[in-house]
Amino acid sequence: MGDFALEVEIDAGPGVTALFGRSGAGKSTIVNMLAGLVKPDRGTIRIGDAVLFDSARGIDLPPDRRHVGYVFQDARLFPHMSVERNLAYGMGRMDPAHRSPQFARVVEMLGLGALLKRRPGALSGGERQRVAIGRALLSNPRVLLMDEPLSSLDAQRKSEILPYVARLATDFAVPVIYVSHAVEEVVRLADTLVLVSGGQIAAIGAVEDVMGRLDLAPITGRYEAGAVLTPRVAGHVDEHRLTRLDLLGHAMFVPQVDLRHGETVRLRVRARDVSLALTPPQGTSILNILPATVRELDAGSGPHVEVALDIRPGHGELGAPQPLLARVTHKSMTDMKLEPGTPVHALIKAVAIDRHSLGGLGHGTQRKER
Amino acid sequence: MSGLLTPLEWEALVLSLKVAAWATAASLPVGVLTAWVLARTRFPGHALLNALVHIPLVVPPVVVGYALLLTLGRNGAVGGWLYDVFGVTLAFTWKGAAVAAAVMAFPLMVRAMRQSLDAQDAGLEAAARTLGAGRLRVFLTVTLPLMAPGVVTGAILAFARALGEFGATITFVSNIPGETQTLPLALYTFTQVPGGEDGALRLAVISVLVALAALMLSEALARRAGALTKGGDA
Repeated sequence: MGDFALEVEIDAGPGVTALFGRSGAGKSTIVNMLAGLVKPDRGTIRIGDAVLFDSARGIDLPPDRRHVGYVFQDARLFPHMSVERNLAYGMGRMDPAHRSPQFARVVEMLGLGALLKRRPGALSGGERQRVAIGRALLSNPRVLLMDEPLSSLDAQRKSEILPYVARLATDFAVPVIYVSHAVEEVVRLADTLVLVSGGQIAAIGAVEDVMGRLDLAPITGRYEAGAVLTPRVAGHVDEHRLTRLDLLGHAMFVPQVDLRHGETVRLRVRARDVSLALTPPQGTSILNILPATVRELDAGSGPHVEVALDIRPGHGELGAPQPLLARVTHKSMTDMKLEPGTPVHALIKAVAIDRHSLGGLGHGTQRKER
Repeated sequence: MSGLLTPLEWEALVLSLKVAAWATAASLPVGVLTAWVLARTRFPGHALLNALVHIPLVVPPVVVGYALLLTLGRNGAVGGWLYDVFGVTLAFTWKGAAVAAAVMAFPLMVRAMRQSLDAQDAGLEAAARTLGAGRLRVFLTVTLPLMAPGVVTGAILAFARALGEFGATITFVSNIPGETQTLPLALYTFTQVPGGEDGALRLAVISVLVALAALMLSEALARRAGALTKGGDA
């Protein structure tokens, strides 16, 4: 372990809590401490009423008595056992009457039926990770830890597994702690975002709030910095292959996604894909024009200025303003006389919206990205 | 077969196989445990234990035999206790020969097992722990099956080494025909008498053939164990 100082205080609720940060920030160490694989110097770890670790009282439950499901980055399936035996390995902790139906349910949900007799060596990376998720679920966990479960997979396999992960927390009523350094996974999955940096918690809160903060951009990655919006699906424009969204009473258009009318979408808009105008432009190819107010400006040493905006609700809308980030040049800031409180129009190209981050939040419905 | 060998050769061969088999079988559990302790745990005496295990590999076998005679002989601390409590005599018996062979072969056995443990992903054991398995269950269901190729290799290497044991054996249990005169000792006896060259050569050939057979069996078994623990359909 060395002299790694890690000081965190996290209060994770139900749903998916994402630990997000760069490699080496201490994310994996945190989940290893939760699982009992790494011993903290001091502090307490609790799940509900169960105390797993308390240095002051000398409590340190071994990993096998913590009831913590762990999906590792490298799956860690037992190579000498069939998929079926891998899945059943941790079922001893389950009430015997529940074992068989729960096994059938997990196999069905993760689509493992055809794999049961195979050995892990004969599985693809995505299949292996699905088995690992099923194995952890079947160990009757009080919390499910997932340490970058998708990072070793290619984009194709990732999009194959993401929908399963998105449904876990609700379908199995188990809180999920999800470690990742991939912003699109976090945006897609997380309810609560914990930003980890240098062994410290830099920020904790709803994904939309944390991603929309200017001061955190250096940690979330300046080039990739972007805010997260949560509009609702308002309809599909089939002849243009677009989906119309409603954000605080404003219409937005994004490449068509297979989501139901009324479902809430979470989409990430990178700061570099947002332009600003003082008046709504006419005759433009840009489909998304949102009225906003400048909240904060951060002029670094370079030619760029990061602008934090609040999207104003439309007439008769009750929703709170949603944060948005824009990156403009220093020259534009001066020419437009931008300062906190300036009303502007934010322009977002529909084609610039990150398809990987487009995901529905309406839990429990089967969906597919196109 | 018995027609091919003289009664003396036959006797030495059977005794050698018996001694080596007992030496291997009796030290196998201790070897697995020692390999596991060395590979998976860290404690203050770790380096010392590792050195102790390897001593028979680096000191003259006569020294090991003499040390066994001092401790396990009828007048030795442990040997006297064994005789008083269990009525077991090791010195100058085939059981003592098995003990000498086991001690000499032990480092080879442990090294092979430890290698396969070191090559094994300890992360699998951590995963098993998070799934609710205690240390013993993890060892029996994950660690041991996955180190099976190493156990097989270690056992056969130890068996082959035990077959060839000479120095410690002759020092501890002497060279008694029918009791402690194994193949190497019988061979040595032939070289000490005039006209024994033919007998020595025959025993040398027998020793080489038995050792070759053991090594080839080891390869085949290790490959099968490896195939079972690695991929493929069940």
